[in-house]
Amino acid sequence: MVVKIVARGTRTSLLVAFCLLLLNSLPLLAVESKEMLADPALEARARNLSKELRCMVCQNQSIDDSEAPLAHDLRVLVRERLKAGDSDAQVMNFLVARYGEFVLLRPLLSWHTAALWGLPPAALLIGVVAIVVIVRRRRRVQRPEAANLTAAEETRLSELLREG
Amino acid sequence: MIAELGHYALMLAFGLALIQGSMPIVGARSDDPTLLSVAAPAALAQFVFVALSFGALAACYVTSDFSVLNVYENSNSAMPLMYRLTSIWGNHEGSMMLWVFILALFGALVAAFGGNLPVKLKANALAVQAWIAAAFQLFILTTSNPFLRIADAPLEGRDLNPILQDPGLAFHPPLLYLGYVGFSIAFSFAIAALLEGRIDAAWARWVRPWVLGAWMCLTLGIAGGSYWAYYELGWGGYWFWDPVENASLMPWLAGTALLHSAVVMEKRGALKVWTILLAILAFSLSLIGTFLVRSGVLTSVHVFATDPRRGIFILAILVAFIGGALVLYAWRAPLLKQGGLFAPISREGALVLNNLFLTCACATVFIGTLYPLALEALTGAKISVGPPFFNATFGPLFVPLLLAMPFGPLLGWKRGDLLGAAQRLTAGAFIAAVAIAAAFALQHGGPVLAPFGVGLALFVMVGALTDLAERTMIVRVPLGAALRRAAGLPRSAWGGAVAHFGIGVTLLGIVVVTAWGAERIAALKPGDTIELAHYRLSFDGLFNRPGPNYRDVVGRFTVRRTNGDELGVMEPSRRTFPARNMATTEAALMRRGVSQLYLSLGDPAPDGTVPVRLYFKPLVLLIWLGAVIMFVGGGLSLSDRRLRIGAPRPAKLPAALQAAE
Repeated sequence: MVVKIVARGTRTSLLVAFCLLLLNSLPLLAVESKEMLADPALEARARNLSKELRCMVCQNQSIDDSEAPLAHDLRVLVRERLKAGDSDAQVMNFLVARYGEFVLLRPLLSWHTAALWGLPPAALLIGVVAIVVIVRRRRRVQRPEAANLTAAEETRLSELLREG
Repeated sequence: MIAELGHYALMLAFGLALIQGSMPIVGARSDDPTLLSVAAPAALAQFVFVALSFGALAACYVTSDFSVLNVYENSNSAMPLMYRLTSIWGNHEGSMMLWVFILALFGALVAAFGGNLPVKLKANALAVQAWIAAAFQLFILTTSNPFLRIADAPLEGRDLNPILQDPGLAFHPPLLYLGYVGFSIAFSFAIAALLEGRIDAAWARWVRPWVLGAWMCLTLGIAGGSYWAYYELGWGGYWFWDPVENASLMPWLAGTALLHSAVVMEKRGALKVWTILLAILAFSLSLIGTFLVRSGVLTSVHVFATDPRRGIFILAILVAFIGGALVLYAWRAPLLKQGGLFAPISREGALVLNNLFLTCACATVFIGTLYPLALEALTGAKISVGPPFFNATFGPLFVPLLLAMPFGPLLGWKRGDLLGAAQRLTAGAFIAAVAIAAAFALQHGGPVLAPFGVGLALFVMVGALTDLAERTMIVRVPLGAALRRAAGLPRSAWGGAVAHFGIGVTLLGIVVVTAWGAERIAALKPGDTIELAHYRLSFDGLFNRPGPNYRDVVGRFTVRRTNGDELGVMEPSRRTFPARNMATTEAALMRRGVSQLYLSLGDPAPDGTVPVRLYFKPLVLLIWLGAVIMFVGGGLSLSDRRLRIGAPRPAKLPAALQAAE
């Protein structure tokens, strides 16, 4: 119930995200000291992976930032897998197999995300092509006018310009 | 009684908006000066009644009239006066009232200060403005009435959501709305121009100050919201690529593009058709932002399905205005005369490049925000699009834009000299190269890209200064002459350079805090110390502190340098609000130059230990300082006499200008 009230109030403030509020009704900070691994290299990998994983009960929040109990469980899980010797990719695959693609904050490249990943480069390409085409067409329209000057006129023009 | 008066005033305003939206259009069609002259007084009268209505709602909040449902649900008599006032827009109904209030305010400003506008353009634009106003007023009256009463008035209200009980609420939503709604003026002028089928460079001159003002407010609003999130949420993030944030970023990107293309249109009469499209898009994205935030689709597609009334209404407004505008554009835009040729390497060419990258960045944010919603609605598949996606796509689009930015102002109109511009940017490139080398030498195993980011930021900043140095010739002529030139420079030239400098400042803050920010997480008992960067914090203990409508559990920390010098105390707290039984994290910030120490508390454990998160945020304040500099740049440009609303035109036009026209 608390969660619902919280979510309602926040719709107002455009920048304060809904999810942020979840954490305020819950007791602890996001990553806790007792969760952390003793090996700094392994812990750094865990932190990096955490930033790519979504806390599924929150709104657009990574498990690294979330205080929700589920995020805590996922952080512990990631660390357990890393301790067991999994590579980063293996950890991610394990989580996707268990929770589905929804858990990934960086969507996989596949058929149903082709449009998502394809749009930014496609937009740039279309924009560049459109600009080139429009510029060419305009120049073709304009050229006869520019070509009207004879060689003598061109010389006279450049003389005038030099004087000015 | 006051609530009923407010309700009635809103209905009258709706009636006036209908008149304002219809008669001038008929007048423009039939060349009837009487009908045309209705527009301005109707806009002023509509503003008066909307203001009365908004004032009535404000009065209910100030007097804590809990017989009004909206006040009961969102206010509390124990709250300080400022929060009772700001809670007007701390909820759905009230924020829509603010939206309509600002919309009416802009309409009235056009009516009052648009004396130099062509009669038909002004009347048509005010009519379009009235359509938007009428649509949103009807939305409030039918689905979101803030004046509803409760039969048995409760004694106490349910309080404002604690996270909103912050000075941030006083500035952030009004500034954002000033930005969103400010773009409605550009939209209305674009539709008016399309209705008339005529547009010229003067159109851009009339619209630019409105776009500039809206852009300034939006810039400050977004930055303010970012800083608010940063200190309120307790983990030190300043931008989350959340859909709600993206909703405000999209109009900003489109508005920034519009600001630049309108310059080309004003100076050179080119890009008219494109500028009109951007004007439509900037406001359409503002409407989409309102829809995303207000309809509840973001929480879940299913919320939208269970209580669809508001969502469907806003969706209808969206379809009518965006669809209608785009259809009108497709139909009428080909009639507009094209003009102004330029070489690819020119100021215009640079501005086209700016528009290309800004609109692509905007499209990227758009698809990233809406794709998961669309995919779920169409196929049921759930995916997440989070910060890693935006960092991977938005970043690469912004880097070339920022690299090209210093070149633009150094290129001439029509035909520029790229080599010359590059030569003049040697100083910037040199400083950037030194910074990159220094950053590599100083950092120990940090991200490889970070030094290049620092270099880019310095290149942008020095590039902006180079622009000013070139214009004042400060290196080539004696100081006195340069100062005279500086004083003679148009304010818009200063404004542009200052705003570009601000972008570099923000970028520097983002790069440095992302790459070299440090963090310590620990569980402390009183007497424990933690060290981070060059600081040592000792935990002195917890104590209670009562507030007006909350209780604080405060942790007291003494901050010292690692060499022992005492710097002061930091007092982060957990704040509990009994009215809603909620708690917030109140982080403590200690400023060190433009860097900050950031400390937040978790809930104390039964064994007396307190979880704490300590961050060192190097140069973090530059992120928002840069936005303030952009705002100042916009203000300088706005104060240029050329753009000042209602400024008398110079008695005699310079000969060169006459010849060009």
